[in-house]
Amino acid sequence: MIFTIAARELRSLFLSPLAWAILAVTLFILAYLFLTQIETYIGLQPRLAAIDGAPGVADIVVAPLFADAAVVLLLITPLITMRSISEERRNRTLSLLFSAPVSMTEIVIGKYLGVLSFFLILLALLALMPLSLLVGTDLDLGKLAAGLLGLTLVVAAFSAIGLYMSSLTEQPTVAAVTTFGLLLLLWIVDWAGTTEATGSSTLAQLSMLRHYEPLLKGLFNSSDIAYYLLIILLFIGFTIRRMDATRLQH
Amino acid sequence: MSSQALVHVEHLTRYYSQNCAVNDVSFDLARGEVLGFLGPNGAGKSSTMQIITGNLAPTAGQISIAGLDLLEQPKQAKREIGYLPEQPPVYRELTVDEYLLYCARLNRIARSRISAAVSLAKERTGLGDTGRRLIGNLSKGYQQRVGIAQAIIHNPAVVILDEPTVGLDPLQIREIRALICELGKEHGIILSTHILPEVQATCTRVQIINRGKLVFSDSTAGLQSRMNATAMIAGFHTTPDLAALQQIAGVERTEALSDKRVRIHYGDSNPAEALIEQSVAQHWRLHELTPECRTLEQIFIELTCSEEHTQSGGNSQ
Repeated sequence: MIFTIAARELRSLFLSPLAWAILAVTLFILAYLFLTQIETYIGLQPRLAAIDGAPGVADIVVAPLFADAAVVLLLITPLITMRSISEERRNRTLSLLFSAPVSMTEIVIGKYLGVLSFFLILLALLALMPLSLLVGTDLDLGKLAAGLLGLTLVVAAFSAIGLYMSSLTEQPTVAAVTTFGLLLLLWIVDWAGTTEATGSSTLAQLSMLRHYEPLLKGLFNSSDIAYYLLIILLFIGFTIRRMDATRLQH
Repeated sequence: MSSQALVHVEHLTRYYSQNCAVNDVSFDLARGEVLGFLGPNGAGKSSTMQIITGNLAPTAGQISIAGLDLLEQPKQAKREIGYLPEQPPVYRELTVDEYLLYCARLNRIARSRISAAVSLAKERTGLGDTGRRLIGNLSKGYQQRVGIAQAIIHNPAVVILDEPTVGLDPLQIREIRALICELGKEHGIILSTHILPEVQATCTRVQIINRGKLVFSDSTAGLQSRMNATAMIAGFHTTPDLAALQQIAGVERTEALSDKRVRIHYGDSNPAEALIEQSVAQHWRLHELTPECRTLEQIFIELTCSEEHTQSGGNSQ
């Protein structure tokens, strides 16, 4: 049942030109970033060859690419998630789901997975870029996998937040703006921590960026994974509660 | 199952903050019944329907669908419900076939029966050759049909239609009414409408709701007998004895309206002729004789416009 709803969600995304446009623009920008990183690497290569244990292509090309990709995703997630619930609310199609024999949890998780699958497609296409380097160089696949996992978790957390914001309002644009605001806040919230040079402050712990950087370096830290999983569960839980509340009051 | 009510609603109440939208509504719906829900705007028709279909939680009260409690076993109960809200809940970007396929899956129809269910629903609602068209490009009437197809696709025990004929052309209205009558043979149907003749054309039972309260509930046949002229008002200059009037052949009941006017209820045979003869013979000096013929509209207005009439209307039942 969850997958039926997810498949419909994904299909509707691809039936609108918005998803295609976002996919094309994002991949174009990321491909450009990828090529500039390759250029940097080629420039550095003669010097790197002389150093023992020098950073490899995964550090010089993949890590910066994925770091930039997270910022690009921060900009486009609100555009993809904004319509998922708010538009159904506006078009009054939610009653189709409400009067069908499915629970609210199934509806919300289905919608979430639909949105997430879109981003997984985007990430798969993105992953092809560094993988193409396998043809000519040695690529540290472990680091690539860690980076990809990190990016997946980041975008999964973004989508959960976006879905919740979309459940709050009937206006897709309002959902987009609030999602963007919250994501940006969570991204930069550690700036306060770093200026005081207290890396372990509470605010820094809340920052998404803080938990993403270790994964880009290839450090798999269970507390970072737990952070993202908590964010995802929290906002999916909020969304389910919010949807239940629409039945209770108007 | 057949002896059991398909829909059983008990003391249903719903408040929107301080505003009481549905006030202590109770009713039953049996298989083979088409229940018409009438009421002015904002009377609580749509709210009641939303509550029965699980789109809205009641403040108090119990609902069971085919013996399953809607609040305790929502999933099982909702399998037995098909619901068409005021605005058909269609995705404009899908084609009719894609949409109905999605609805079939959503309602947990077995994989092997899905395509048969989709084509049956399309056939019943006259959507035969629109399968590959986008719903967004269809006319309002066809979108409405898609909405009805969605409500009946999983062959539910209860079909709830909120103003199903709004926006349809007269021909389509006739087709939809015929469809409702046909569906009513094997399902229980609740439909709400503003159009009074529609109720007479399609429903077996009528309920009128006003300000959240159920003010009238009777079969269409019962309603018909209320509407037929089964009474007349006679005015006399010399008021006769009511007992004497009662003696006239055909008179069932008499009711003094004032000291000069009497309402005479009668059965199958019209006693007007006999009354006139008696009047001449006994010098009652009859000067007025008006058959009382009420339309559904009059009953509706009577029940929904004034509280006193509501009371007396309910009592004379």
